[in-house]
Amino acid sequence: MALNDEQIERYSRHILLKEIGAKGQKKLLNAKVLIIGAGGLGCPVGLYLAAAGVGTIGVADADTVDLSNLQRQIAHSTADIGKPKVQSLKESMEAINSDVTVNTYEKFIDSSNIRALIRDYDFIVDGTDNFATKFLINDACVMEKKPFSHAGILRFQGQLMTYIPGQGPCYRCVFKDMPPKDAIPTCRQAGVIGAMAGVIGSLQAMETVKFITGTGKLLVGELLTYDGINQSFRKIKLPPCDGKCAICGEHPSITELKDYEQPACELKL
Amino acid sequence: MFITVSGEKKEVKDGLRLEELIEQENVQTPQYVTVSLNDEFIETQDRDKIVLKDGDTVEFLYFMGGGAWL
Repeated sequence: MALNDEQIERYSRHILLKEIGAKGQKKLLNAKVLIIGAGGLGCPVGLYLAAAGVGTIGVADADTVDLSNLQRQIAHSTADIGKPKVQSLKESMEAINSDVTVNTYEKFIDSSNIRALIRDYDFIVDGTDNFATKFLINDACVMEKKPFSHAGILRFQGQLMTYIPGQGPCYRCVFKDMPPKDAIPTCRQAGVIGAMAGVIGSLQAMETVKFITGTGKLLVGELLTYDGINQSFRKIKLPPCDGKCAICGEHPSITELKDYEQPACELKL
Repeated sequence: MFITVSGEKKEVKDGLRLEELIEQENVQTPQYVTVSLNDEFIETQDRDKIVLKDGDTVEFLYFMGGGAWL
């Protein structure tokens, strides 16, 4: 498949890059990426991947747009309040680039549907806000041998890492298991600076584009942390899996997925 | 002796145990923080046994959700 004139112009800044070029752009157009969560992280990821011409992008989220989302979920606008987030994000993505196909999954991702869903995609982006789904995404991706980008944001802090099957530790190698219910302060006490979602979501989009085009070095075996207060980035080296991980170790104790118990969020964020 | 904590070099007393450092650093909800020492993860129950040495590097890895969680 050759790039048409409009595509050559649209993606000219990519094509000019020796690391991407026309060849890399075609890879992007042929790629399939699934974004789980159409919120703070999922919005910038979706917008940048659509702009980049990632050919097929899946977006999964069961929520609707709320006024309190708009401080950071930049693909949604005031007129979208009440609309399913997947629909609102899809419309914003298609407005940028009609070259891409956006598949929407307006449902909760759980142990019964995640494996079949991720199987259709080349790369998964975790843009979720809760640990139950973060661990589920990790475990499902390990089982299905799918690469994914993990990210988390809180207050003025953000973090991300990339899992590539067989190449480095998974999320569970680092964080073992979910913190119990009452160990964690409620949503009301937390908060996050809106631009943090943009910074970290854009970094996830960067990892995705690099993975698809085979460019540079991914955050495998490293946790990148960003501190907005001090404007500092740090890479923390992660040891390789010690073989004892419950999901990616030599003798995994998790052999089938189940839904983790997670307390409901009282304040809708 | 000098050790590096979260990328910053600092002087600590000789014989400091990892558990004591975690207290000293005021790490929040320490039982839910992953700790690495010289690029190796340390089991929570081993923190009290480990005596830090000059030149050690300690990192704290925090749970981070999506703004809704600490």
